[in-house]
Amino acid sequence: MKLINKSHVAKRMPVRLAVNTICKGLFFLATLVGLIVLAILFYRIFTQGIGHLNGDFLQNFASRKPEEAGIKAALIGSVWLMAVVAPVSLMLGVGTAIYLEEYARKNWITTFIKVNISNLAGVPSIVFGLLGLTVFVRALALDRSVLAAGLTMSLLVLSVIIVAAQEAIRAVPRDLREASFGMGATKWQTIRKVVLPAAIPGILTGGILALSRAIGETAPLVVVGIPLFIAFLPQTVLDTFTVLPMQIYNWTSRPQEEFQQVAAAGIIVLLILLIVMNSIAVLIRNKFQKRY
Amino acid sequence: MNMTLTKEKNSSAIVNGAIQPTALTEKVYETSGLNLWYGENHALKNINLDMHQNEVTAIIGPSGCGKSTYIKTLNRMIELVPDVKTTGQIKYRNRNILDQSYKVEDLRTQVGMVFQKPNPFPKSIYDNVVYGPKIHGIKNKKVLDEIVEKSLKGAAIWDEVKDRLHENAYGLSGGQQQRLCIARCLAIEPDVILMDEPTSALDPISTLKIEELVQELKKDFSIIIVTHNMQQAARISDRTAFFLNGEVIEYANTDTIFSNPDDKRTEDYITGRFG
Repeated sequence: MKLINKSHVAKRMPVRLAVNTICKGLFFLATLVGLIVLAILFYRIFTQGIGHLNGDFLQNFASRKPEEAGIKAALIGSVWLMAVVAPVSLMLGVGTAIYLEEYARKNWITTFIKVNISNLAGVPSIVFGLLGLTVFVRALALDRSVLAAGLTMSLLVLSVIIVAAQEAIRAVPRDLREASFGMGATKWQTIRKVVLPAAIPGILTGGILALSRAIGETAPLVVVGIPLFIAFLPQTVLDTFTVLPMQIYNWTSRPQEEFQQVAAAGIIVLLILLIVMNSIAVLIRNKFQKRY
Repeated sequence: MNMTLTKEKNSSAIVNGAIQPTALTEKVYETSGLNLWYGENHALKNINLDMHQNEVTAIIGPSGCGKSTYIKTLNRMIELVPDVKTTGQIKYRNRNILDQSYKVEDLRTQVGMVFQKPNPFPKSIYDNVVYGPKIHGIKNKKVLDEIVEKSLKGAAIWDEVKDRLHENAYGLSGGQQQRLCIARCLAIEPDVILMDEPTSALDPISTLKIEELVQELKKDFSIIIVTHNMQQAARISDRTAFFLNGEVIEYANTDTIFSNPDDKRTEDYITGRFG
């Protein structure tokens, strides 16, 4: 006796296929919502801002007059900030991840630390701003400098980098480590020659995400006290400065209609900077993957 | 190799099925009273085994009998597993390797290992072979080139790969990858080679090639091989140890184990009544 009634299965078939089609449609719609909103945003920003985007805009300092306002200080400031955040957060983050994954003993303390690093990623950025204000600006007397802001920002993105690097390191197959250890390699030689080359694409992907967040973040810098209006460039990491999102925030809060367009132009510059950063990271990633 | 130390198979006198090593047979490993626990699990129980130079020692037994655990203890690879505890001693060339003052890096330059699954690095064939020598600080390009040729020839894979040394090792077949891993192991010029079921992931022809290779290699090296394939043990080894539930049930000349085993459990296992 057959347990499956084939005619019943045949009768159900159209319903199953219809449900499949409906689900496909629903998921496509979900994707579409995001894409359309993004497209509208791009359209608005580009139509508003493209008129202001020219050589003068990039070379001028901020001004009270919208037609003379430029983004030079903020653009260079953002680059300075990245120059501090990228090395500090990557070195500390990857170093921490290597220690936790490769060297630390697996006990409840390590587990506790790992869980709390993940939790740190969820702490509001303004809290990091307060931390930066207390520790770097006041206690270490770094004032409102590139260094103080950069270190604050590094702490903010550190947990993201640690978690991404940990996952990338953990994903390296165990048998590759065993092969290396089996030939008398030390732990560090194994990490350096086997684990890191295999993990670097994953580490960089996490690093890019983290730096992209850092370049767009405003709240902690407001708390640290980074000025909104500045007409000179930093000469050292101890000078004060401003960054793109702060400058954009400043412009959008102006009453004059033209400043909205200046802000749009600023957003375009920020977007381009992000795309350039991502492209560089992708290039580095591909270069490392080709080694295999 | 030192000729006076070269073992001749007929020189071992056999008394009551047990091996009485003659003066000619140099011991590479002497295990005495070895116990090992994974947490609460007593995985190896009072192991006493001696292994000899220029011989192939096979370790057989059903899954979970501790044979892999034991071979991984011989180069202390077992320490990668958290919560492992050992007592007793394993002497390698008269020095107790379980003594923590014996550095594992030092031990593993003398004792190479070939794993169950071929595990070449995601690098070129050349870079795979020079990995070990480079780790040990050999930088001279000419020396490295010579090591590569010698090792690949030693692992009987030179002819197949000599024209594509700088291609990715992942492009090789499973059997070739395993022979590359053997070449990589030979490149550090070890004294002993540990093989943990080296053919279990390979097809019969690749398996045959590895078995022939093992016969070749024992002229220059001492080989300890874990296998779940009894015919393989019978074909290639000089001595066989039968493990069951973490104990050595019987250890004798391979011929003796397979033709006239002492213990009923050994006989049951090799005749396929269990395992």
